[in-house]
Amino acid sequence: MTLPLFGTAALCQGFDSAHARSVVRLQSSGLGAARNESDFVIVRTPEEMRRVVAQGNNSIFIINDSPNDILSTEAFSGRAIGLSSQFAYLAEGDVIGIHNPSRKFRTLFRRNSRHNSFLVTERCNNYCLMCSQPPKDIDDHWILDEIRRSLPLLDKATPTLTFTGGEPLSDWTDFISVLAECRDQLPRTAVQVLTNGRAFSRSEIVDAWRELNHPSLIAAIPVYSAVDHVHDYVVQAKGAFDETILGILKLKDRGQRVEVRIVLHAQTAPALLQTCRWLARNLPFVDHVALMGLENTGFAIANEDLLWIDPVDYRDDLAAGVDTLSAAGVNVSVYNLQRCVLHRSVWPHAVQSISDWKNGYVKDCNSCTEKPRCSGFFTSGRPRQSRGIAAIL
Amino acid sequence: MARFQGADAFGAPSDELSLLPFNFERTGTEQFLVSNMVGDFLRLTEDEIDRLIDLRLNPGDGLYEKAYASHLITGRNQMAQRQVLAMRLRSRMSFLRQVTPLHIFVVTLRCEHSCPYCQVSRQSTDRSRFDMSEQIAERALNIAFDSQAARIKIEFQGGEPLLNFELIKTIVSAAKLKSGATGKAVDFVIASNLALLDDTVLAFCKSHGVLLSTSLDGPADLHNKNRPRPGNNSHELAVSGIRRAKEALGPDRVGALMTTTEASLDRVDEIIDEYLRLGLDGIFLRPLSPFGFAIKTKQFQRYDAQNWLAFYERGLRRVLEINRQGTPFREFYAALILTRMLTDKPIGYVDLRSPAGVGIGALVYNYDGSVFASDEGRMLAEMGDNAFRLGHVNDNDYRSLVLSDRLIDSISNSLTQCAPECSTCVFESHCGADPVYHHATQGDDLGIKPLSEFCARQKGIMHLLLDILAKSPDDAAILRRWAAA
Repeated sequence: MTLPLFGTAALCQGFDSAHARSVVRLQSSGLGAARNESDFVIVRTPEEMRRVVAQGNNSIFIINDSPNDILSTEAFSGRAIGLSSQFAYLAEGDVIGIHNPSRKFRTLFRRNSRHNSFLVTERCNNYCLMCSQPPKDIDDHWILDEIRRSLPLLDKATPTLTFTGGEPLSDWTDFISVLAECRDQLPRTAVQVLTNGRAFSRSEIVDAWRELNHPSLIAAIPVYSAVDHVHDYVVQAKGAFDETILGILKLKDRGQRVEVRIVLHAQTAPALLQTCRWLARNLPFVDHVALMGLENTGFAIANEDLLWIDPVDYRDDLAAGVDTLSAAGVNVSVYNLQRCVLHRSVWPHAVQSISDWKNGYVKDCNSCTEKPRCSGFFTSGRPRQSRGIAAIL
Repeated sequence: MARFQGADAFGAPSDELSLLPFNFERTGTEQFLVSNMVGDFLRLTEDEIDRLIDLRLNPGDGLYEKAYASHLITGRNQMAQRQVLAMRLRSRMSFLRQVTPLHIFVVTLRCEHSCPYCQVSRQSTDRSRFDMSEQIAERALNIAFDSQAARIKIEFQGGEPLLNFELIKTIVSAAKLKSGATGKAVDFVIASNLALLDDTVLAFCKSHGVLLSTSLDGPADLHNKNRPRPGNNSHELAVSGIRRAKEALGPDRVGALMTTTEASLDRVDEIIDEYLRLGLDGIFLRPLSPFGFAIKTKQFQRYDAQNWLAFYERGLRRVLEINRQGTPFREFYAALILTRMLTDKPIGYVDLRSPAGVGIGALVYNYDGSVFASDEGRMLAEMGDNAFRLGHVNDNDYRSLVLSDRLIDSISNSLTQCAPECSTCVFESHCGADPVYHHATQGDDLGIKPLSEFCARQKGIMHLLLDILAKSPDDAAILRRWAAA
């Protein structure tokens, strides 16, 4: 199953033309009048439409394949957004951002998901061979503004939030001020930032990061090799390895939390054991290491010939790498890889990491006893299967 | 979509590379053992090391990757590797932040044993001449609490310290008061043969959290031969002492040390099994030191480094066998070296560090108030050589003792980081300076290392450990666990 997280609304009317973009939170129709300016009451049927209008609501969110028919059941002059039933998953507490003139919208937050992430920018100073979110050199400063407007609308009980990109620190002063906002609005929410870490080679940026004093903030930074040119090739940026490692050192020197991420593909997997040994020996103080199966989407599809390796062909090194890191006291997890392609010694480290909106299983999984604990597969992009996939009975 | 660049676009041409510091040693006709600045090892062939030194290596040739990942080369304009090395070195050397954490009080020189290998030249005569006085103890305690370490350990030694148990009690209560007043934490250990252990002593140790450390040389006949006392029952008393102490204080509150004599050399399995039988969690295989009666009675000259290494290797292999059979049991010296080889934990073990542990690792307050830079230093003094006598509790304070010219000379003259042979040694990161040993054996704090049995033993043990790590996967896994513990 892949949830659609963006699209074009069938209906978007009644908005103040001075603001091209709106951030909207959904409210159940049973809860009476809209709570504040950003709240839109969900309407799925003509009956609901009648009740909601009778309650005096003038901000409504129609989810129906014929939103105009619903709208016309009542005389209504307020603000209305209408989406097709493809987006029926949207519910109370969810937040969307919409560009009023074009009616293009994105789902920004789903209250019932454990996998909420904000894309901060599409700009990046790396150009990774396997990037799942290919960078674009465009002016997208409006996104940070949209996030800033979203934060007060998010459920205060949200356990975790991820900021991703592009490179979130592309406009580092603005982004760090958004993190400060996040700290103040959502003090109980753990925040993870997916960054290439290069910005942290600059002391003023690490210092600003530290001065946030965020109660639960972690920078998740990829290190693809123990060797400079291999990492630089994977991220397509000469000098990146040096800046990234320097960034990790500076973060840890200031007591900040760091996760190291290694995406496993044909350019990184052959030296995986060397990389793990290097991490265990040189950076054993990082807070977590994630060894991640490849998501075959974005650039990974364009570079499939360079990148594809069957996980079965690196399972031995993966097991040895996990063992090396564990022995050095490093907290290590394996993401995105199915239990049937992993050594059993790795199972305790293998987690269900794939975001709910793009997670699925194949036919073999139906009879598998490990399915309830297995990561399953990405449904996004062009999924490719290991020859090792087989039900564990 | 922008075009992707090929792998060759990201390699550094070799004129942008530079060597980082490393040491190496030939281990075979074509083989070299190489260690980087923080003591990570790798093996290179002669051709590889030649190419490395000439910087004839290129990205993708395998050697580049090995050398880069091991911090042997870096890009001239790169910073990260130098910072990684600096950080790791800082971590490894950070034991230096705790200045003088160990304070040894020789509360008496009297002993009821008469061991021919005694390294401190025990006395059996009258109490007044060889017991520490309360006044000396009080002054020593003041010096100990003036040291910079946040946590200090007070170790009671002898002779047999339990012969002056009254003074131990006085010192412990005074130290606890001082600890409360200054916030400096204090631990206590009594180094005793346990022959005089009784319920009063055990109750005292329990209520004050005092650790016991004893001597156990192996099976009864060997132990009693090494450690004669009236009644010839040293072994029986030590064994029952260990059992009672474990019961009364807890299994981790008593430790035992063995000393290797000529008679031990072909009995290492029995010695280890004796430790195992007593439920101890490991053994520290120790050679004799060239001090005290060990010299006078010529015990020290009975075996050389090669004899001892053969003994050590047999012992270590026996310990590994015990582990393979499912019983966790460690050889503590190997564990210490492995921790240094495989981690960057700061290990300030007083006998194997550079800068040396003399004075800045430990101070020894002799029964008569003389202060020595190490336990071996006072042993030398008992033989008439006052080279490591730093002063007297009546004449000196902490500062004047550790800043004395004699101590500073001894430490700076013996630094392995810049000593001939040591500074280029492949094992330098994991070794240490031992100025007292080299003064005793060669009349020089630094010593000529090719003539030093200390050097021969360290190198021998480290070669052995590397060999096991490289060639015996099961044993290597056990050794790695020791380092991680």
